[in-house]
Amino acid sequence: MLRMLLRRLFLGAVTVAIVSVIIFSGVELLPGDSCTAFLEREAKGKLLENCREAQGLNRGPVERYVDWAASAVQGDLGVSANGQKSITELVGNRLKNSLLLAACSLALGVPLAIFLGVVTGLWRDRPIDLTLSTLAIFAMTIPEFVSATLLILLFSIWLGWLPGIVLTPAHAPASEFFPEILLPVLVLTMVMTAHILRMVRSSVIEVMAGDYVQMATLKGVPYWRIVFRHALPNALLPAINVVALTIAWLLGGVVVIEVVFNYPGLGRMMIDSISDRDLPVVQAIALIVATVYVGVNLSADLLTMIANPRLRTLHMRRQ
Amino acid sequence: MTSIPSVPNQNTRLARFLLVLRDVMARPSGAIGLALVFAHLILALISPMIVPYDYKAMNSAMMLTGPEATHWLGTDHLGRDVFTRVLLGGREALLVTGIATPIAVTWGGFVGIFFGLVGGRIDEVMMRVVDAFLSLPWILKMLVLIVTFGTGIEVLIPTLAFFYGVPVIRIARAATHDVVARDFVSAARARGHGRMTIIRRELLPNVLDTLMVEGAMRWSWMLLAFSSLSFLGFGVSPPTPDWGLMIADARGFMSFAPWGVLGPVIALSSLIIGINLTADALAKALGIDRAQKAPV
Repeated sequence: MLRMLLRRLFLGAVTVAIVSVIIFSGVELLPGDSCTAFLEREAKGKLLENCREAQGLNRGPVERYVDWAASAVQGDLGVSANGQKSITELVGNRLKNSLLLAACSLALGVPLAIFLGVVTGLWRDRPIDLTLSTLAIFAMTIPEFVSATLLILLFSIWLGWLPGIVLTPAHAPASEFFPEILLPVLVLTMVMTAHILRMVRSSVIEVMAGDYVQMATLKGVPYWRIVFRHALPNALLPAINVVALTIAWLLGGVVVIEVVFNYPGLGRMMIDSISDRDLPVVQAIALIVATVYVGVNLSADLLTMIANPRLRTLHMRRQ
Repeated sequence: MTSIPSVPNQNTRLARFLLVLRDVMARPSGAIGLALVFAHLILALISPMIVPYDYKAMNSAMMLTGPEATHWLGTDHLGRDVFTRVLLGGREALLVTGIATPIAVTWGGFVGIFFGLVGGRIDEVMMRVVDAFLSLPWILKMLVLIVTFGTGIEVLIPTLAFFYGVPVIRIARAATHDVVARDFVSAARARGHGRMTIIRRELLPNVLDTLMVEGAMRWSWMLLAFSSLSFLGFGVSPPTPDWGLMIADARGFMSFAPWGVLGPVIALSSLIIGINLTADALAKALGIDRAQKAPV
């Protein structure tokens, strides 16, 4: 078990290392650097050289990569190209806001999705399943900016219940984001609920068709006891992985939602820094998001392994 | 004597295609989905001939007017006919994704099958690289390229084709793994066939179903990406009509002119839902489980 754990941690670290190389060389391969972007394209001669000198861009790429990676490991993400501000500080607030948005959506979406997934799975092909499954397809296929626009139209323009745009500045404490955060949370909840629901539904259907459920039925175990004691613990295991992917998505992929609602999170910062060609910030955000993705997926795999005795012994035997 | 399954020739392939098509059409989701997709494709082809107005003709005398007999969906903030622009708004998206999707599935599928067959160290390393690629949000990867190289279709098509092919590698590799251990692959190896021959004659026919379903799903995700990029202002450039861009433009006037949003919203949603329903029905018809798909 311990060896297994170490192996997975090692592989995760390797993936993050590869990501960092991809990010660094990707930015490196693009024409121009943060100095030409900052000083505009026409910048030539002394000014450009001074800027490059100041940012250490006149050294070789390998040396700069090692330098960047080493300080990133220590939590120092460098300075932005324009403001000369510490990126760790800049990103910190945004990350906090993104975490807030993710936490609210998860708190609302995960229990709802699991509940609805079990309901649709148990009452497969009944009216309630058909209704919810159809709604789920709509919720997950319609582009996020479309559902966001429709919800703004409904809740803030026609009904006037919720504010349709976030005006709170990035550094404000979490409590000040209410009630502005509610509409973005609602949109995100819709999308993630649909995904998790479908996953849980198919898993419940599969488990309920299993031999041991049939055996329990034949033995005369009451239906609800079968559902809660025999089926659900197995059916909900795969949900861990989907929830993990959802967390990664919430922290890195909700750019469009953040732009629509003007929410000061990591996603909007990403767009802004790409538009400004503030490459050090782009690199830093990419690295954070990728690390979160790898970390969350790794935790999900380990959690599944711990929760599932069969998988555990299987791996122990093999190692 | 038991009959030996013959090598599929043109006729049986066509027959199988028709069988699958009939199965897809027999499902409600498939019938609705295919109808929506075909309606959109036909509309994209004939819309330039049937639109009532010039899509870029501005009219300062009628800005943001409501739906009426002459302008069925009203006019936008520059006085252009919304109905005309909705009819034309999917052409660019369908053209770009229609070219990029087959490229993505082909290259991703080939690389995936190849590494699934080869296996070993290279395969292991390759999968780490794919994992690393997937851990970066799509929008970041695409935007960095688009901001650098511009937003024309000559940039968008290769960019979409490249990034949407990467996840296909994983799918194709997993599907290949299920096949590679079977006897007929060992037999082909024993006969001394080369890798390319094994891929073409033994693996590809068995992985093709998975790739088809994957292609349909990729297509809808690509459309999603394309319209999101337009919405954010990184896709097609005005005055070309595009649903994503139209929604972005009309959003500002939503409080007093909601019809400007609803037209493109319905058009875009119906196309994406149509593709998804078709993909779902296709997956069921081919017996491939797609339910365990998480947001990517």
